[in-house]
Amino acid sequence: MRAADRVDRVGPSGIRRFFELAEEREDVISLGVGEPDFAAPWAARDAAITALERGRTSYTANRGKRELRMAVADHVEQYGLAYDPDEEILVTAGASEAVDLAFRSFINPGDTVAVAQPCYVSYAPGVEFAGGEVLPVRTRRADEFKLTREVLRESGAAAAEMLVYCYPNNPTGATMTHEELAEVAAFAREHDIMVVSDEIYAALSYDHEHASIATLPGMRERTIVVNGFSKAYAMTGLRLGYALGPADGIGAMNRIHQYTMLSAPTTAQYAAIEALESCGDELAAMRAEYDRRRKLVLSRFEEMGIDCFRARGAFYAFPACPSGDADAFAEALLEETGVAMVPGTAFGAGGEGHLRVSYATGIDELKEALDRLERFVS
Amino acid sequence: MSSRAEVLALLDENARYSIEDMARQTEAEPDEVRATLEQLEDEGIVQGYRAVTDGSKLDEEPVRAVVELNVTLDRETSYDDIAERVARFPMVESLQLVSGDFDFMLTVDGDSMREVSAFISNKVAPVPEITQTVTHYVMTTYKKQGINFDDGHDDDRLSVSP
Repeated sequence: MRAADRVDRVGPSGIRRFFELAEEREDVISLGVGEPDFAAPWAARDAAITALERGRTSYTANRGKRELRMAVADHVEQYGLAYDPDEEILVTAGASEAVDLAFRSFINPGDTVAVAQPCYVSYAPGVEFAGGEVLPVRTRRADEFKLTREVLRESGAAAAEMLVYCYPNNPTGATMTHEELAEVAAFAREHDIMVVSDEIYAALSYDHEHASIATLPGMRERTIVVNGFSKAYAMTGLRLGYALGPADGIGAMNRIHQYTMLSAPTTAQYAAIEALESCGDELAAMRAEYDRRRKLVLSRFEEMGIDCFRARGAFYAFPACPSGDADAFAEALLEETGVAMVPGTAFGAGGEGHLRVSYATGIDELKEALDRLERFVS
Repeated sequence: MSSRAEVLALLDENARYSIEDMARQTEAEPDEVRATLEQLEDEGIVQGYRAVTDGSKLDEEPVRAVVELNVTLDRETSYDDIAERVARFPMVESLQLVSGDFDFMLTVDGDSMREVSAFISNKVAPVPEITQTVTHYVMTTYKKQGINFDDGHDDDRLSVSP
């Protein structure tokens, strides 16, 4: 069957080839996984089971259960975000759906969408499916992969209709503070650019409090904030996220959502309510463990003489490749030691010469992988 | 800087972490961690280090009993006096004064039910202040010291994902 042109144009994910290589081996220790190694907190799983036992298997309201939207509104207050549960919050099937809805709701054919890279693999294809043109904004190692006014200007983002980015960032582990975001906000206001801010890793900012651009002056009305339960609460497979934005923006997204998804998975919504209500301790414990692993990884890199900027969020470090081309290095490392790290090129512009190291792996395996890496590079 | 709380949290997770790994995980100098650890030991906050074992996997499965003890006190005898007398026996794994229907909760480890029963009837029950003992033999342990014995959380994630 012939795929439509806009689908045909989009190639398979760059991570796919590496996945196939890793799958060929039995003994792989993978530092290439983009999801938590924990299971969702038991109380959340228990709530999902209970909901099923009670036969709660119908659709919910298009926007998601009101109880969940209210809990989300309370939850995001810690980031200085205030959204009306009735008009300004949409519960989606994973943060990915929220990102996709934002693209389809606000991109007109031919619109330019500035995509801060390196980044999660879905943004550029999502923009293309929505009929937009991708403008890569290459963040730099020298800026610790933060978005700056300078890189925005140099990449020509002034002409863009939309800017999309993710901080804390996958794949770099970079984060941005309020002060740093203020530059981006000023640029967006000056050039009348709408912002899609993917904050799925908000709960995993280690060195400073998470900052959202939507809290800055003049930004709330031009920003869709995306977040969800996958990373913070280790609920990736339950597929639950949400979008926050001004009523007209969320209304537009809901128009597509109600015709395509109807409502986000009901069982997952019950789990999410419980997660927000009672799993704060588990979240804190997982976060503390990621933070310890982060410090271990950064310390070991330093001892090995591997150049790596201080990753401050998510569960990734993004070291410079110790030698040669990152694709070749990652392949050789996998072949000779069984350790999988994803070459930075899989994440778009600016990723070359780097490796994404995920520390969403138990500490014993992490240590073993780092020992193998150390022997490999010495 | 590694605080006492950080070192305690690490020990709680795995008391066999090397000083170096504890230092890396808290971004401290190994000497600092060593000093903090010594201080915790000197102050008696850290009382010891032991493995968490699943006895059911051993050829000779040890026997554990949880025993409720009721006591009567008089002017000369306090809870502490009774506790001291009972806790000194090596077969006593733990002894706690608790609220509720009985006074002490005693945990006894032995090689066989016969040995544990003999210990309770010969050493514990005869203590004059102890008026009643109710012994519960542990049949299956599902979780111990925070560790789930049947933790079926296999890693079923894709080996590489975005």
